[in-house]
Amino acid sequence: MLGKTANGLYWMYRYLERAENTSRLVETGQRIALTRLGSTENEWRSVMESAAMLPGYEAANGEVTKDTAIDWMLRATDNPSSVMSSIASARHNARLVRTALTGEVWNAVNGAYMRARTLLARKVNERDLPGILGEIRQGTALVRGATHGTMLRNDIYDFARIGTFLERGDNTARILDVKYYVLLPSVRSVGSAVDNVQWETILRSVSARGGFRMEYGSTLDPRDIAQFLILDRRMPRSLAFCTRKLRDNLGYLDNDYGTRAESYLKADHIERSYLSHDIDAVFDFGLHQFIQKVVGLYAELGAQIERDYRFYE
Amino acid sequence: MSDTPIFDEMWGRDDTLRAPYQGFQTWFDGEEPRRLRAKQREAEELFRLTGITFNVYGRAEAEERLIPFDIIPRIISGREWQKLSKGIEQRVRAINAFLYDIYHGQEIIKAGRIPREMISKNEAFLPQMMGVEPPGGIYTHIVGIDLVRTGDDEFYVLEDNARTPSGVSYMLENRETMLQMFPELFSQNRVQPVQNYPVELLRSLAACAPAGTEGKPCVAVMTPGIFNSAYFEHSFLADQMGVELVEGHDLHVVDGRVQMRTTRGYKPIDVIYRRVDDDFLDPLNFNPESALGVPGIMDVYRAGRITIANAPGTGISDDKAVYSYMPEIVEFYTGERPLLENVPTWRCSDPESLAYVLDNLADLVVKEVHGSGGYGMLIGPTATKKDLSDFRKKLKARPANYIAQPTLSLSTVPIFTNKGLAPRHVDLRPFVLVSPDDIRIVPGGLTRVALKKGSLVVNSSQGGGTKDTWVLED
Repeated sequence: MLGKTANGLYWMYRYLERAENTSRLVETGQRIALTRLGSTENEWRSVMESAAMLPGYEAANGEVTKDTAIDWMLRATDNPSSVMSSIASARHNARLVRTALTGEVWNAVNGAYMRARTLLARKVNERDLPGILGEIRQGTALVRGATHGTMLRNDIYDFARIGTFLERGDNTARILDVKYYVLLPSVRSVGSAVDNVQWETILRSVSARGGFRMEYGSTLDPRDIAQFLILDRRMPRSLAFCTRKLRDNLGYLDNDYGTRAESYLKADHIERSYLSHDIDAVFDFGLHQFIQKVVGLYAELGAQIERDYRFYE
Repeated sequence: MSDTPIFDEMWGRDDTLRAPYQGFQTWFDGEEPRRLRAKQREAEELFRLTGITFNVYGRAEAEERLIPFDIIPRIISGREWQKLSKGIEQRVRAINAFLYDIYHGQEIIKAGRIPREMISKNEAFLPQMMGVEPPGGIYTHIVGIDLVRTGDDEFYVLEDNARTPSGVSYMLENRETMLQMFPELFSQNRVQPVQNYPVELLRSLAACAPAGTEGKPCVAVMTPGIFNSAYFEHSFLADQMGVELVEGHDLHVVDGRVQMRTTRGYKPIDVIYRRVDDDFLDPLNFNPESALGVPGIMDVYRAGRITIANAPGTGISDDKAVYSYMPEIVEFYTGERPLLENVPTWRCSDPESLAYVLDNLADLVVKEVHGSGGYGMLIGPTATKKDLSDFRKKLKARPANYIAQPTLSLSTVPIFTNKGLAPRHVDLRPFVLVSPDDIRIVPGGLTRVALKKGSLVVNSSQGGGTKDTWVLED
């Protein structure tokens, strides 16, 4: 496979994942706004911070308001990570690597793009927001389904998965990074109504509310939440899950190519050193420091993958 | 323009249904126009979803557009096709021999059959190719011969595309679309298949691999990139052949071979089907500004270690001034009379012809000798006074840059409109594959159709559409 193709696949799936994550964050933000009285600009600020979009927003729009924030996250063409930009980038990369995709995957990603263009052609009315977000995620889910159902399990698939899980792990880590303070032991005992909203927000941001309830019942506990989102290997957006998948897929590549790449060792190191302990060890390390460390290691891993598989030169 | 009625390929000149269309007509009569209109829209959706688009040159924003597709097939009988393919094969053979000669002994010039300056002063002539031996002796691996029809048995070659003929993906996708939408048509009519083209293309390219290639030759398609107007076709062909689609920055000359950067290191390529112009192929040997090319690829080529398809320098045979000599060229190299006719052509470099062209400008079509895509041409009968006077100035300033031809009364084929069938002018581009083993012509080709009533310009960049082209099994 060409290095360029591996690069295109990796980014196609990163952008698809990003589009989904951003739309989920918008949904969460909207929900908090609806269940709260008074100003919600701080919530939108932290939502955009989780999506790493706040500096760009402030430079372009200044003051944070709900409508502008939603528009920035969904439609803004000068925001490279907005849902529309992400889907457009995913499709652009899909066009670049079209020879590596099955017809069904291409049709799904092109269909998702065409649909998103129509749905996001103009400012989204509050009433239409839930429907539109749902439809957009349906589009990206179809790409994932077609990928799962029709693609050969070879290096093409491995790079698709690597892009997916690096983006997803990074996304979960960033949500935790913005909200870590509500999970700290000092707040644990308090459990005020405000805390409950914050905890629920975190779970919703990673589509984990149902899964959490199944595992822990309906009482929210910050320690359990941290355990669930960081270390639970059954939770498909947890750091441990994403890292394991990264390691596995890098391992398949290695087996396929008959090499032992540096990136595999890096992923293995993240898993062993940071995601194989008890949640208490994480709190002892310092939750914030821990999250920052993982975010940094993910970035290094991304750069190493680019080098190992000759994405550029 | 003559007063005889225009030849329609379905209805002839006198409204009598022609034989190849009989099966189709029976079907069409039984169809509800409403259903067909829905099918026409369905076809468009299909094209859009599959992403069969082209990018328009000369627009600030790289916009993707659909080439309009018309659901009424253009039908050619097996007998007509057989005759055409003999003529095409003869012409392609001659073009290849001509190119070999031009870049070697130049016997045709020595024999006084074509003027020396027409080659030596031609922008499309590549002196760097003099004496170079292309693997297998093939210059034009893939050729598209543009044909127009004016009567029952009258076909003319409008131009030769020996450099980089495009459009074959539309031929294939048009058929695919028709098969999906109207399967019954294909069980009622015996239409010769075209779907084997990618397999034959790969086979033909592999057969041109450099001598000494070990094992299965490694073939790749080279594209200028995603913003090129024909990017869809490049990726389509690579995909259908199951080979890599590369760009200049994926390629490097390593150990005297052209190699592509893969996830596992560099891998040598034996045959490169390039859709990049000569000028952008190799910044060391041609345009130093080119960011698209591969530095040093020409040196590897000269050493006979890679096949470049089509060979650099083939553009000289697409030149419209050279075209006017094609009857002589065919005779010179095959020793036979040309089976396919040329459109009569005035070379404006010749003072007498120029005078004639200037006097009769309003009745003629004037083209740039290196032009393509329908750009930079004048269609006398439909031109405004200003167009005519502008062109008169251009002709006087650079006569050698132009040729002129009579306006042919091109045949029409019906298209499907809101008011039923309506005749529109068409041309035909069959695709030819050349290898040392054989010359193969896919039964069919790309039919381009001018969608505007009365228009003679079929180019997609100028609002033309396409049709599925059937060659019947007689």
